[in-house]
Amino acid sequence: MVSEVKSVTGRGIPLQGNDIDTDRIIPARFLRCVTFDGLGAQVFADDRVQMNGQHPFDRPQYQGAEVLVVNANFGCGSSREHAPQAIAKWGIRAIVGESFAEIFFGNCLAMGIPCVTASAATTTTLQERIAESPQVLVNVDLETMQVTCGDLSAPVTLADGPRSMLVNGTWDACGQLVAQAAQIRTTAAKLPYVQWSRAAVS
Amino acid sequence: MSQGTLFDKVWDAHTVGVLPSGQTQLFIGLHLIHEVTSPQAFAMLRDRGLKVLFPDRTIATVDHIIPTDTRARPLVDSLAEEMMQALEKNCQENGITFYNVGSGNQGIVHVIAPELGLTQPGMTIACGDSHTSTHGAFGAIAFGIGTSQVRDVLASQTLALAKLKVRRVEVNGTLRPGVYAKDVILHIIRKLGVKGGVGYAYEFTGTTFEQMSMEERMTVCNMSIEGGARCGYVNPDQVTFDYLKGRDFAPKAADWDKAVTWWTSIASDRDAQYDDVVVFNAEEIAPTVTWGITPGQGISVDEKVPTPDQMPEDERAIAEEAYQYMDLLPGTPIVGTKVDVCFIGSCTNGRISDLREAAKVANGRHVVEGVKAFVVPGSERVKQQAEAEGLHEIFQQAGFEWREAGCSMCLAMNPDKLQGRQLSASSSNRNFKGRQGSASGRTLLMSPAMVVAAAVTGQVTDVRQLI
Repeated sequence: MVSEVKSVTGRGIPLQGNDIDTDRIIPARFLRCVTFDGLGAQVFADDRVQMNGQHPFDRPQYQGAEVLVVNANFGCGSSREHAPQAIAKWGIRAIVGESFAEIFFGNCLAMGIPCVTASAATTTTLQERIAESPQVLVNVDLETMQVTCGDLSAPVTLADGPRSMLVNGTWDACGQLVAQAAQIRTTAAKLPYVQWSRAAVS
Repeated sequence: MSQGTLFDKVWDAHTVGVLPSGQTQLFIGLHLIHEVTSPQAFAMLRDRGLKVLFPDRTIATVDHIIPTDTRARPLVDSLAEEMMQALEKNCQENGITFYNVGSGNQGIVHVIAPELGLTQPGMTIACGDSHTSTHGAFGAIAFGIGTSQVRDVLASQTLALAKLKVRRVEVNGTLRPGVYAKDVILHIIRKLGVKGGVGYAYEFTGTTFEQMSMEERMTVCNMSIEGGARCGYVNPDQVTFDYLKGRDFAPKAADWDKAVTWWTSIASDRDAQYDDVVVFNAEEIAPTVTWGITPGQGISVDEKVPTPDQMPEDERAIAEEAYQYMDLLPGTPIVGTKVDVCFIGSCTNGRISDLREAAKVANGRHVVEGVKAFVVPGSERVKQQAEAEGLHEIFQQAGFEWREAGCSMCLAMNPDKLQGRQLSASSSNRNFKGRQGSASGRTLLMSPAMVVAAAVTGQVTDVRQLI
């Protein structure tokens, strides 16, 4: 089920604004669920109602887009994985931004969605280019660490660990972690409190 | 790179190994789960045929969806009832202890784990909730995770993580009357920004934190994430040990002395090295209130809503968005802003000491007509203790509603919600657009005492005038 993510190519969608939090990405009332199914339709639900059809996720030219371009501190706030799940189920496969909140970044990584960072100038230019020509393909290449859009090409960054997990198809860490069961038990046995709490419970 | 800090020591002790990607496989000593972010994780386990590796290292409760008025089953909201049943079933099938409603131990996950003594110094603690940073108050490395990571912890009791940098956030001096732990953290976030902590763990140190109780330290660490720091901590000391001694899950008998020795040894060394250091003076901190739509948009209660020319250029766009959403004019005093709803509770400020401070201000006063005010204890134990002290009567006589334990209107996944454009004075942690259950609802964050001051005057009021 795990696959390599070396490069993502698709049409872009610009979403402007710093500090866009996960409550805005998926309002809490939509967290009343036991599966992630159906969250795609509810992404940015309240922002979209307030913008009355003018929100990028509603505008016809961006339907089917796969690369989201945002500004600074995207995904701050709550740890809800429902936020990247909603974005992914809408169709996004990669995010380019000036910076990301840490838990959001980790959630995307665990889902195989690269969040790459670029300079403020690059993200702004990219957003403008996409707005001018929504049909032009955006490519995020994790091997060359470049984002390209038409004749625009700019460097992007991603820490070595997450990059390696995506490129080598090990972003779903669960299997690797579980495989270390013996070493996990050894580490646990060395932690003093693991013994104390057992004594306390009995 | 940091060296000799509590963060370094605890990280090293919990390192299982280094993964091929270069990330650390980190053992998680305590895993806390609740109804919102766990059902999909259990489903993923079932899909992969995996079992919970250490069922006795995961503890569950229900907090986000639980109504705070009547909690009779089935819950009126069928979706909430479905989530309750999923949690009950998942815990039962996997041998996980679940503190359900009526157990006497139910409550907000970040309130119950400390009060049960589950949260201890030197642990790594993870929970599918960003306010897990709360537990850092004990000198633990505690942080929020997403649902796929909840799956990883259930299956392996470990996570794949990159090590954080460590920033020493030093605050010295004695807080002035009417200034609380909440004001300290709101002040820090205001100064360092909502993304200033990204990539860092915050070590809160200095005489101000040394003088704080454990509950005050929890308030501070709770909002680390609001400053972008996934975890924040305070080095364990005698205050920590005194709080823990005798609690249900605290080490007993001979183990207690061993524990205190180990806990003392994991505190940051005197000559520890940090990636960054910032210093604040406690005496400069006033009661602080947010005026905008991020927790960093805060001011002293006696200040005016800032004008764009008073802020760095990259903060102006979100400020413009905030003026419009909040319907507040730059350059006008925040004092006197009319409030509709007053909420005391949450994992930030729903503990017994918060309720005691709030009750002191409420005593002998009354909520202004037309204002809805309510107090939500953070746990069943907090509620019981408050009632034993008669605090509920003080609140009720003052016109506050007295509720059952839960997250309530902090995030409004339950019946407690703002309506329309209502403006709330709230002791919670987030003032994001729509956070409190109405897409146009507005939130001003402040200390519980300041919330009472707003309730009894109907407007934002400097609590120092009432004490």
